[in-house]
Amino acid sequence: MNTLVNWFSQIGSIVKFGLLSIPQRRGSVAATVIGIAGVVVVLVGVLSIAAGFRRAMTASAAPDSAIVLRSGADSEMVSGFGRPQVRLIADAPGVAQGPKGPLSSAELFVIINLPKRSTGTDANVPLRGVEPAATVVRDNLHLVAGRMFEWGRNEVIVGAGAAREFAGLEVGSQLKVGRASWPVVGIFTANGGVAESEVWTDAAVLQGAYNRGESFQSVYTRLTSADAFQPFKDALTTNPQLNVKVLRQSDYYAEQSETLTRLITTLGVLIASLMAVGAIFGALNTMYSAVATRTREIATLRALGFGSGAVVIALMLESLAIAILGGALGGALAYAGFNNFQAATMNWQSFSQVTFAFAVTPPLLIQGIVLASVIGLIGGILPALRAARQPIASALREL
Amino acid sequence: MSTMNDGKPGDAGLVRIDGVEKTFRRASEDVHVLARLDLVVPQGEFLALMGPSGSGKSTLLNLIGGLDRPTQGTVTVAGERIDTLSDRRLADWRARHIGFVFQLYNLMPVLTAERNVELPLLLTHLGKAERQKHVATALAMVGLSHRAKHYPRTLSGGEQQRVGIARGIVTDPTLLLCDEPTGDLDRKAGDEILNLLQALNREHGKTIIMVTHDPHASARASRTVYLNKGRLSNEPVS
Ligand SMILES: Nc1ncnc2c1ncn2[C@@H]1O[C@H](COP(=O)(O)OP(=O)(O)OP(=O)(O)O)[C@@H](O)[C@H]1O
Ligand SMILES: [Mg+2]
Repeated sequence: MNTLVNWFSQIGSIVKFGLLSIPQRRGSVAATVIGIAGVVVVLVGVLSIAAGFRRAMTASAAPDSAIVLRSGADSEMVSGFGRPQVRLIADAPGVAQGPKGPLSSAELFVIINLPKRSTGTDANVPLRGVEPAATVVRDNLHLVAGRMFEWGRNEVIVGAGAAREFAGLEVGSQLKVGRASWPVVGIFTANGGVAESEVWTDAAVLQGAYNRGESFQSVYTRLTSADAFQPFKDALTTNPQLNVKVLRQSDYYAEQSETLTRLITTLGVLIASLMAVGAIFGALNTMYSAVATRTREIATLRALGFGSGAVVIALMLESLAIAILGGALGGALAYAGFNNFQAATMNWQSFSQVTFAFAVTPPLLIQGIVLASVIGLIGGILPALRAARQPIASALREL
Repeated sequence: MSTMNDGKPGDAGLVRIDGVEKTFRRASEDVHVLARLDLVVPQGEFLALMGPSGSGKSTLLNLIGGLDRPTQGTVTVAGERIDTLSDRRLADWRARHIGFVFQLYNLMPVLTAERNVELPLLLTHLGKAERQKHVATALAMVGLSHRAKHYPRTLSGGEQQRVGIARGIVTDPTLLLCDEPTGDLDRKAGDEILNLLQALNREHGKTIIMVTHDPHASARASRTVYLNKGRLSNEPVS
């Protein structure tokens, strides 16, 4: 028992010498810390784009809400329904009831062009026609300025992300829709969700303006509970009058965001891996110099009877400590620099812009620290083994 | 020049070197440092080891201290063959049996005197309070109790070497090995160290082997042997 404790105190004292001697080699230690911090900044920074995009896409998707598309449609873009089908869907079992009937919003959207504030160039923005239940089939929708559009009138409300990203979407300004101009009467938020990137109006008004007749592209529903999803889905997919696909909203958006998040993640991991190789050499160098400047100290300890295992572990711990310091620094910088950084990108599934905020999440920070630790351990192992294998007698002669 | 056993007749000796050879392999050539060497050091002796630079004094001391292994022959300390121990067993063995004192003190600059002295005790089963007691005793023996909290760089060379000796004796080792302990000190500080070693030998019965260049230092030992061209003798070679 006591021997184990003493083994730890052996390791502890070697680690202590190492850490206390850092001021003497602060140049190389600082270079390594900064190098590792750089790797972590890049990894966490790039992955925060993916995390932010995914978060935006799923932010307003409640577990007890569903989206219905035409069978075989991967996105709303290529989906379509007529009025009778929409009615069948709203009346299906499991759809929650509000004071004015089923919580179901049949929707359609068109793409309009608006100039980006940042570049002045036109970009695609979805103009979505919704039904009154639209604000309750999604989570966290709030008007933050102006008022709701009036049903049956040529008015729009604008998501906060779209208002921020595109010019001419302030409350009171006029939105060009075809040859007409519709006033912007309100701004809404959706907890950073994808709806914030959209412009909304009454579905019936939009159908009229774009000659869509009575056709819709999707139906959003709020279910009585998350468990009601399966019976709801079964009822719709087995109904011979319908040919539909039923998804939880969260699954739908997760799927929508998958291509882009996977692309970004792959890219981020690739760049960070390349940089990590460089950082490993930095750590290697630091630990070699740490071992070199302490050759005689380490040999002395081993002469006194300190075990080479303790030497190896202690030096690895030292390398780990330096690396984790770098990782923490990188994480902090990434958080300060990237968290909530506002951006917009093309959502290829809807061919329109999605505004989102980079999200430096706790799991990303943990990933950053883990990567830093791996760099530290890999960079520390060879120098540690060298220190432990050096013949004591000749190491003692070194000054 | 038979065996260098000056111990009492029949005494096996605390340290026994039998037929030891040591060859270093350097680049292409072999350096033969020690050639079929025999030496017996009885319990309680204060042995001085002299010889020209490069004659292999440190090499011999390292073999006795288990820091290196002979190419040929056996090294026995306190009845135990140490030349055949594994690295790990040897490290444990050193912790239990050997106190080292180095020419350049080899103290840890980031530790205070008392923490330096405590180092070998970390390898024992002693608890913190007991360790502290041993450290205090060792520092008192070298007359440095008042410097316990000082860092090595704030101490004079002689004081640093006394801390080194305190570290060497704190575990009460079987054998104290000193490689030119006064080599870096002026006469006065060197004399103090020699007084200390002599007292440790005479009053506490410590067996000491000391490598030195200085006849003034070897005069304090109970016996002096000379190493030259790989061989030991009782007489200095002119
Ligand atoms: N690890 C080693 N590898 C190669 N040669 C070595 C090694 N250690 C010692 N030697 C050689 O062995 C010889 C004896 O060295 P050693 O250090 O034992 O001499 P010494 O008597 O202690 O000398 P000094 O009085 O200068 O300390 C020298 O020629 C030295 O170069
Ligand atoms: Mg020497």
